[in-house]
Amino acid sequence: MSFQDVKPLLKVEELSHYYGQQLGCRDINFELYPGEVLAIVGESGSGKSTLLNCLSTQINPTMGKAYYRFADGRVENLYEMSEADQRTLLRTDWGFVHQHPRDGLRMGVSAGANVGERLMALGHRHYDNLRSTAIDWLSRVEIDADRVDDAPRTFSGGMQQRLQIARNLVTNPRLVFMDEPTGGLDVSVQARLLDLIRKLVSDLGLSIIIVTHDLAVARLLSHRIMVMKGGEVIEQGLTDQVLDDPHQAYTQLLVSSILQVGT
Amino acid sequence: MSLAEISTEQDAYNFAYLDEQTKRMIRRAILKGIAIPGYQVPFAAREMPMPYGWGTGGVQVTASILGPDDTLKVIDQGSDDTTNAVAIRNFFAVTSGVEMTMKTSEASVIQTRHRIPEEELTEDQTLIYQVPIPEPLRFLEPRETETRKMHALSEYGLMHVKLYEDIATHGHIATTYAYPVMVEGRYVMDPSPTPKFDNPKMHKNRALQLFGAGREKRIYALPPFTDVVSLDFEDHPFQIQEWPDTCCAMCGAKDVYFDEVILDNEGSRMFVCSDSDYCETRQADGHYGEMHAEYKERIQ
Amino acid sequence: MYVAVKGGEKAIKNAHKLFAAKRRGNANVPGLTTAQIVEQLSFVVDRVMGEGSLFDRELAAIAIRQAQGDLIEAIFLIRAYRTTLPRFGYSTPIQTDEMLISRRISATFKDLPGGQILGPTFDYSHRLIDFGYDSEEAAEAPEQSELIEASTPRVTDMLGDQGMMEPDPQSAEGEEVGDLTRAPLDFPADRDLRLQNLARGDEGFLLALGYSTQRGYARTHPFAGEIRMGEVEVEFFAEELGFEVPLGKISVTECQMINQFQGSEEAPPQFTRGYGLVFGHAERKAMSMALVDRALRWEELGEELTAPAQDQEFVLSHSDNIQATGFVEHLKLPHYVDFQAELDLIRTMSEEFWAERNDEPTTKMGAAE
Repeated sequence: MSFQDVKPLLKVEELSHYYGQQLGCRDINFELYPGEVLAIVGESGSGKSTLLNCLSTQINPTMGKAYYRFADGRVENLYEMSEADQRTLLRTDWGFVHQHPRDGLRMGVSAGANVGERLMALGHRHYDNLRSTAIDWLSRVEIDADRVDDAPRTFSGGMQQRLQIARNLVTNPRLVFMDEPTGGLDVSVQARLLDLIRKLVSDLGLSIIIVTHDLAVARLLSHRIMVMKGGEVIEQGLTDQVLDDPHQAYTQLLVSSILQVGT
Repeated sequence: MSLAEISTEQDAYNFAYLDEQTKRMIRRAILKGIAIPGYQVPFAAREMPMPYGWGTGGVQVTASILGPDDTLKVIDQGSDDTTNAVAIRNFFAVTSGVEMTMKTSEASVIQTRHRIPEEELTEDQTLIYQVPIPEPLRFLEPRETETRKMHALSEYGLMHVKLYEDIATHGHIATTYAYPVMVEGRYVMDPSPTPKFDNPKMHKNRALQLFGAGREKRIYALPPFTDVVSLDFEDHPFQIQEWPDTCCAMCGAKDVYFDEVILDNEGSRMFVCSDSDYCETRQADGHYGEMHAEYKERIQ
Repeated sequence: MYVAVKGGEKAIKNAHKLFAAKRRGNANVPGLTTAQIVEQLSFVVDRVMGEGSLFDRELAAIAIRQAQGDLIEAIFLIRAYRTTLPRFGYSTPIQTDEMLISRRISATFKDLPGGQILGPTFDYSHRLIDFGYDSEEAAEAPEQSELIEASTPRVTDMLGDQGMMEPDPQSAEGEEVGDLTRAPLDFPADRDLRLQNLARGDEGFLLALGYSTQRGYARTHPFAGEIRMGEVEVEFFAEELGFEVPLGKISVTECQMINQFQGSEEAPPQFTRGYGLVFGHAERKAMSMALVDRALRWEELGEELTAPAQDQEFVLSHSDNIQATGFVEHLKLPHYVDFQAELDLIRTMSEEFWAERNDEPTTKMGAAE
């Protein structure tokens, strides 16, 4: 298969969302290819979270389309699918990693049940198999097998975030959305998590759309980057190009501010 | 209407208490429930002259389907003579005047709380359950808006999460009553707080089974011969309660649901049938348990 | 010793007799008349009418006496009676600006058209037990100005005329007002149903929730814009006649809370309102209701959901004291069957626990197996 044969996984056209009169995001166009990691960066209020919520069908945008290519090759506009199909997509072919593990985990049930939930929803009904699958996934996100029956509240912040990732990946999704996944973590814990995400992306061929305000995270993980400001994409391109040679004054400011933090 | 007029119950109220308009509204909900087995139909439950949580849902369903030719049996915990069963039976005796019975086989309508009679029911009978919390997902997801969506989209993964967690914590499924069931492969349903011992009796039962929850304002139904399957795992299959080597101390019955009775301060115990009519019928037919003689002597 | 469960019927009958005797108390003490309750315990009568949602003082008094002063029980009696009454239709909205006012205060304006009328109130009295009170003696006649027959504008209307206050919500043409006694409550519930639910809700529950909003759990910066109490005319539009027929007067307490609002893209900064309306004289309830009503409006006003008083499923599902008392007290009913199921399970698990430790079971229950 030559590069030309690769078709986009997601194609977004003229997507805009308004909260009443208030602009959320406007005129968003992009394509995402299989195995690609796209970072959406910007400060709070730039519209990046609105865009992520639209893409993951948690908000129906005011205007625009987003075509998704299913594993069987069929292509559908996400916003014309039924709510039932959207919810099925979200818990099978997609994943969503929340900034706060509390939003993405069931804190009251064991790690094993957290990992197994998606499988049970798909009809898996063999306890021992579910549990060994859970243990396998825990080890892939570097959590000891003997923690499988422990509740997530006994886990550290970094472990909770890794558990959230395992819980999402258990159905082998093709596209994972991440909302500031390293947001609340210490720097050293962040580094380990980013390493893990990088490894999983290359091992599993995942496509990822990650929202972050942290350019260092974007540089480490993403192939391409979109810079948002005031609800619009002001610059996009290959991550290295954009960060090494930003064209827009705002992007230059963002890049220089992170350099200042680094020194 | 003056206060003096309403103070005498029988004249002031309609047959079986509820006015005919309300009965029609409830019967519409029942019909909808029968058409969609296991689906919880919202209905405008009325305030009844007994407290919420004491059977107002079951009473409204019974009142709506009861006709003058019906024979009514009311049980609570399997027995006709527990206080709440007596109170509900008196309510219908006063407001409807229909014939009352304690014999399962003679009843056309049976209102129950927490048990299904041991004796097999027939096509000519209707079993009405009093339901406190109709939503099987409620303790996993408190929000009504969310649980309704989960039912609509058949998103029942959470139900098995609960059972998984039971096994992970206790080594086996630790739900003993109100054990969730799948109805006709579509809706997960709460069988009301009957012991899981009774779940298999719901499956393909010949009688019409109706469920009324007054406080939560829901009615649901199992038409005759409906598939009712208790949720489980392949390697942890559903099991009912068993009392190996135990017989009823009064009638000698085995393989029934037992009440445990503490006999003295030393904690010695005996087991008797929870279904009082079943037990008495067996005694009348000459079946005796080991405490039967002693007990008969005592009540002389 | 094993006592047969037979005999429930007899026990119930006798319990009722005992209770009737307790209700009457010592027969040498004169019996309580409903007129005494109506005249001298007006606040309990008003509470029972409000939460029973039936305006009839004499009936409320009978219920209070029958319930031996247990107000929730009295409310229950009223509700169970109310639900059997035929429904002829719905009255037209009462006009509280046409109220025959006996008390009216505003905490937002020192003076205002129509004036402040202190009226009968506990406020500013010293809470000292009045040991010298003689119930047989007539109270000193108060000075009383003429009751104001003219209409008195509401404080919120005056602010509204200046564009400082959000307008009163108007229902769309032909839109019917919801009634949760006729149709099951469906979430999310609109404000009409929320207000109906709160008006019938338990005073103590609403008081605690309202109080919680003042302590930072969904802060709404309330001012008591106006509390007015008095009599209003109830009118019914008779289809056959083609005009409105007055049915009589009822007394109500109305509270309009004035709350802050920052404004949005669509609306300039202005005040918003929380609304409370209760039968009879019930200021505490009307004010609590207004606080909770405002807190429940978080979504429409673009606020964050952070506190219990804002959560409509939580508030509306638990405000009704008849539902609450029934379900709490139903724990008194026999649960032999479910308990037996649990006992059986705990026994099994306990045995497994000891078996794993290779230890002998030591409990008496276990030993009996």
